[in-house]
Amino acid sequence: MSNNGKRRRMSAAALEEHRWGLAFVLPPFVGFLAFMAFPIVFAFIASLTKWNGINNMLDNFIGLANYGKLLTDAKFWKVLGNTVIYMIGIPIGMILGLIIAVGMNRKIRGIKVLRTLYYIPVISSLVAVAILWMWVFNYDYGLLNSIIKALTGLHGPNWLGDEFWVKVSMIIFMVWKGLGTSIILYLSGLQGIPRDYYEAAKIDGATGWNLFRFITIPLVSPVTFYMLITGLIGGFQVFVEVLVMVPSGGLNNSAMTVVFYLYQKAFESRQMGYASAMAFLLAIIIFIITAINFKGQDRWVKTID
Amino acid sequence: MKGKTQNDRERIINIIVTILLCLGAIVMVFPLVYMVLSSFMTKNQILSANFSIIPNPWKFGKYAEVLSKPEFLRGVRNTLLVALPVLVVGSFTSSLAAFSFAKLRFRGKNGIFLGLLATMMIPFAVVMIPQYVMFTKMGWTNGLLPLIIPGLFGNVSMIFFLRQNLSSIPTALVEAAKIDGCGYFKIYYAVFLPLMKGALMTQVILWFMGIWNDYLAPTIFIQDEKWFTLQVVIRSFNAYYAVNSDYPLIMAASVLAILPTLLLFFFFQRYIIESMAITGVKG
Repeated sequence: MSNNGKRRRMSAAALEEHRWGLAFVLPPFVGFLAFMAFPIVFAFIASLTKWNGINNMLDNFIGLANYGKLLTDAKFWKVLGNTVIYMIGIPIGMILGLIIAVGMNRKIRGIKVLRTLYYIPVISSLVAVAILWMWVFNYDYGLLNSIIKALTGLHGPNWLGDEFWVKVSMIIFMVWKGLGTSIILYLSGLQGIPRDYYEAAKIDGATGWNLFRFITIPLVSPVTFYMLITGLIGGFQVFVEVLVMVPSGGLNNSAMTVVFYLYQKAFESRQMGYASAMAFLLAIIIFIITAINFKGQDRWVKTID
Repeated sequence: MKGKTQNDRERIINIIVTILLCLGAIVMVFPLVYMVLSSFMTKNQILSANFSIIPNPWKFGKYAEVLSKPEFLRGVRNTLLVALPVLVVGSFTSSLAAFSFAKLRFRGKNGIFLGLLATMMIPFAVVMIPQYVMFTKMGWTNGLLPLIIPGLFGNVSMIFFLRQNLSSIPTALVEAAKIDGCGYFKIYYAVFLPLMKGALMTQVILWFMGIWNDYLAPTIFIQDEKWFTLQVVIRSFNAYYAVNSDYPLIMAASVLAILPTLLLFFFFQRYIIESMAITGVKG
């Protein structure tokens, strides 16, 4: 009842503002409770049971057994490994994005057109471009192998059918799809660096590479940090592009990701308790990695002021 | 003298950079160009051993064929049936909440806001199974409601963006409007909504693109084939027509699936890129 005591201390006007303020944020708050908070609690309870979506959840309570089983599930470790390997695309995309953004930051005509071209894959439907790339990577008739054959006379690799090349294929695809975003973000970061920083360093005798190494890279580090965080959060959840391009999950599950496996368990094998445990473990991994990044950011993320 | 050679050097570097950027851009768009071109090819040309890029002969019939498929048109209709109510109601609830978070004083404001923001970090995989069960129990999976209802309550990234946008507008406007006798809803509606019109429009476009391109939620929640949204239809086309290698048709369907977002992007480019950059740097 301390709430009531507090409320009495508010003036009538403040109370009115309080009520309207709360009323205006009520819809998203209710949405949050119904479609996020409740499902999260529900998923956690489900992760402690042998629930298949139909049987009574609480009658099949098994404690932490699902989590124990996960830790010894070879397939889970394999798909987690694949998911992490795909993240090689994150630094590749950052490096390419930064180089291209530095190029675009010069006074060149036609930059807007170029920027648009690089950005088109970002706004294109994931399913449609994944279908396109499935065709690009086609072993016999695909665009890529046709070009390789025309240039070298040799037959290119079986991109989506080989345990190694399927990962290369997915990384190429993800870098292609996301490059436009890192260019735009780096470009806006570069435009925020005051020109006199470079002028001052030049007077001190610094040249090209040193300017890039000691001014550009540190001063775009907030952008790098943002992309690292969003890249990792998204990277752990990669699924649709793999599902479309390699519906089988690849030879010996070589292309399968965590969410792909989880989706199979939940909606094909109906092991919803087990799938929920996997989802929770994934959320915990994402949370820990994000927390580590935030802790570590003081060491390398610089700000202009 | 030194200034002149310096300028010449700059010019040469600019030319080299332009050439490299153009080469990169060609590599980026080449697959998409190839997609368009192969939608005009015959099946035999695509599957022939001799690689070629230019259609020979040009066949324009595949687009008409795709557009005459009832599944395709139904997919477009279903996507629009989701987008329309979600965008109208969701933009209203989101902008109202953004106004409240940015300009009104109430207890629990920061807690609620942080709670909403935290949801952006929760993987969809965690909530999709309970949501699926919930929607099935309610009988929504026989229609489009699983895609519509959650959107009506607003969108966190839109709230976040609009709130940032409003923070540059003086709060004194609220007090001024109060003195003029405006109620809180009227302050939102008559004073702040017009002020966030530009930002709101950009967010609506981005949200529309998100709904248009969404595949995961529709494929999990929509059980009944006649309510499949466009992306689900496109993927089933891919599975269905690849069996008899009708790649021109698959490519034509994919081109049509990309076209609307591409057009929107061309028209609203400046705003979209600006808002992407802001979310990135401030996010």
